[in-house]
Amino acid sequence: MRSEFLSARPSQYFVRAVVFGAGAFALVWVVLWAPKTTYGPAVDDPIDFAKTFLDSMTLAGVLFVVASGFTLIFGLMRVVNMAHGSLYLLGGYIAYDLQQRLVHNANPGFGLLSSQVAVWQWVVPAIAASACIAVVGIVMQQGFLRWNQGQDLRQALITIALSIIIADQMLAHWPIQESVAWPGTFDRFVSIGSIDYSLARLFMLAVGVVVGIALWLWLNKTRTGMTIRAGVDDRQMVSAIGVNIQVTFAIAFLVGAALAGFGGVMGGSQFNLAPGQDGQWLLNSLVVVIIGGMGSLGGAAVGAILYGTVLTFSGVYLPTTGNDCCTQYSVVFTFALLAIVLAFRPQGLFGRPG
Amino acid sequence: MVLVVALLGPFLFSDFFTHTLLTQVFWYGIAAASLIFLFGYGGMVSLAQVSLYGIAGFVVGNAVTTGAAKGQHFGLDPWLGVVLAIVITTLIGLVLGALASRSFGIYFLMLTLTFAVLTNYFFGQVTVFGGFSGVSGIQLHTPGVIGNPNIHPNRLYYVALGTSVAVYLLIRYVVRTPFGVALQGIRDDPVRMSSLGYNVTLHRTLAFAFGAFISSLAGILFVWWNDHVDPASMDLSAVIDLLVIAVIGGLSRLEGAWLGAFVFVILNNYLRSVPGLGHVGISPERFHTAIGIVFLVIVLVSPSGLMGIWERLRNRVAGAGGSIGSAPPGEGPREPDSQPAAG
Repeated sequence: MRSEFLSARPSQYFVRAVVFGAGAFALVWVVLWAPKTTYGPAVDDPIDFAKTFLDSMTLAGVLFVVASGFTLIFGLMRVVNMAHGSLYLLGGYIAYDLQQRLVHNANPGFGLLSSQVAVWQWVVPAIAASACIAVVGIVMQQGFLRWNQGQDLRQALITIALSIIIADQMLAHWPIQESVAWPGTFDRFVSIGSIDYSLARLFMLAVGVVVGIALWLWLNKTRTGMTIRAGVDDRQMVSAIGVNIQVTFAIAFLVGAALAGFGGVMGGSQFNLAPGQDGQWLLNSLVVVIIGGMGSLGGAAVGAILYGTVLTFSGVYLPTTGNDCCTQYSVVFTFALLAIVLAFRPQGLFGRPG
Repeated sequence: MVLVVALLGPFLFSDFFTHTLLTQVFWYGIAAASLIFLFGYGGMVSLAQVSLYGIAGFVVGNAVTTGAAKGQHFGLDPWLGVVLAIVITTLIGLVLGALASRSFGIYFLMLTLTFAVLTNYFFGQVTVFGGFSGVSGIQLHTPGVIGNPNIHPNRLYYVALGTSVAVYLLIRYVVRTPFGVALQGIRDDPVRMSSLGYNVTLHRTLAFAFGAFISSLAGILFVWWNDHVDPASMDLSAVIDLLVIAVIGGLSRLEGAWLGAFVFVILNNYLRSVPGLGHVGISPERFHTAIGIVFLVIVLVSPSGLMGIWERLRNRVAGAGGSIGSAPPGEGPREPDSQPAAG
């Protein structure tokens, strides 16, 4: 990285100047200027700035949980799981159904209030849903992908076909917008200094951090993790020295799918579950791993933080008053982030060349 | 023979079949042809083709409509609208191509998918170009030769047919030019072509822009046919629909574009009335489940689509014994089974 930095071509200096210029402008805009926005510049309204910052970090927590599953599967098996968003949404819906059965709803016809939900009534559906999604993932991998190994385009097409079927069947069973209820213990505000902030969102960030650390320990300190890392480097060699790589593949797919399902439960609690969000979360996973670099855990973390920041800040710190009040340009900034990273490093920030 | 039937179409078939279904087949086929061109000759699976035809549709919609229509309603001359749509879409294709052309294989697919979804959100969020509900009333502002497709549906039918034939011949011509041959070389071995002095990135970028140009034609026909364009006409399910068309037809044969479009449109319209399907979980509203299953079966059984099945049958009947990959490497489009050298 360092030597590459020094041996840049002149055109790369230009790109670099543009990148730093854009970053500096964005910083100045948010901190000092920001006219006609909801909160105004950060120096005038530090509390809302801090809340927005926490919003972006907690969103990054969910983004990381979902995208780390995607990048784990890709890194080891070179499978681009186009059904990852479907697994996310299905996980959320399964947890929703389980929770509806576990909790006695005091006012039928309305959504569950978080005050009615005990912690276990959230945790049990969450774990059960992740387990279900892990099973779905295993079935997908063993039934359809295993015998097409090495044909990455065909595998991508297979997962697209599966995602069409899953999405359509989900539409049949859950046609309207639903939401998993946070337990009352999480769904309240806590004080951090002079800021009141949602505990549930902090919980999402905490889960993201815990999942990140657990995955790191698993990949770096255990025997299975060692096999997975070796498999990422050279699949044939690993199986040639007598490791059953198929078992490793199955484990990685299981964990990756379960992460998508668990992300769906968290996303379905904090935001909502609706038809079409499978595509949204496939996009989220793709953007995170394209920015961070395919197959890299650290890349997924950095990608989630960058993407979460751009998404949250561009939603709040852009001028919204005036004639076109309802126009949202935040998607333009997501695209700009992607374009900048790709112009800089086509393989993503932490990806390997080639 | 297919062409003769198509030329006589309005006299042979019902109005609904000709104007609603076959015209749709033609513009879908053109869009799918751009995808198949990029894959078969450039080795790039682009999922951005739907967005590009959507962009062309939005340009036409904003440029030609007048008065109370949503969006910019510039009220320009319809031909100027067509030129603008082609130029703007091709330029956007050039920019996207420049960004994506350094990625290969599955990375390219993911990148173009990301472009596609972002474009969809862009048109949904940015109200100055029509916003979520899109632009309507485009059929009132078609060029005089075509007239309002509602009143003169045959004219649009023949324009769409003529454009399809022209696109087919144009692609067949382009892949025989030195540019097209170099592109196929890059598809097979980018490193080697680079060593031979070819600018790999530039060739792929230009190919992508050419694909965008073809997509823009499909987009113009689409808005003339549909009268309306909105973000939903370029959302993820539309992206997947086009991919399904290309895969059903056969990713490696140009003719497959129109064959796939035909099968897709026919399934889309008549599957609902097949009795008995409701009992196996495929009710009329569950069209996409059926399409997904057809897609899955084709990907699993015959990656080269219906054209691949057809060619295998023909080879067997002829007793030639040639496999599907009978074309020598380096000539003709690539089979989806084989993998790019870089990945």
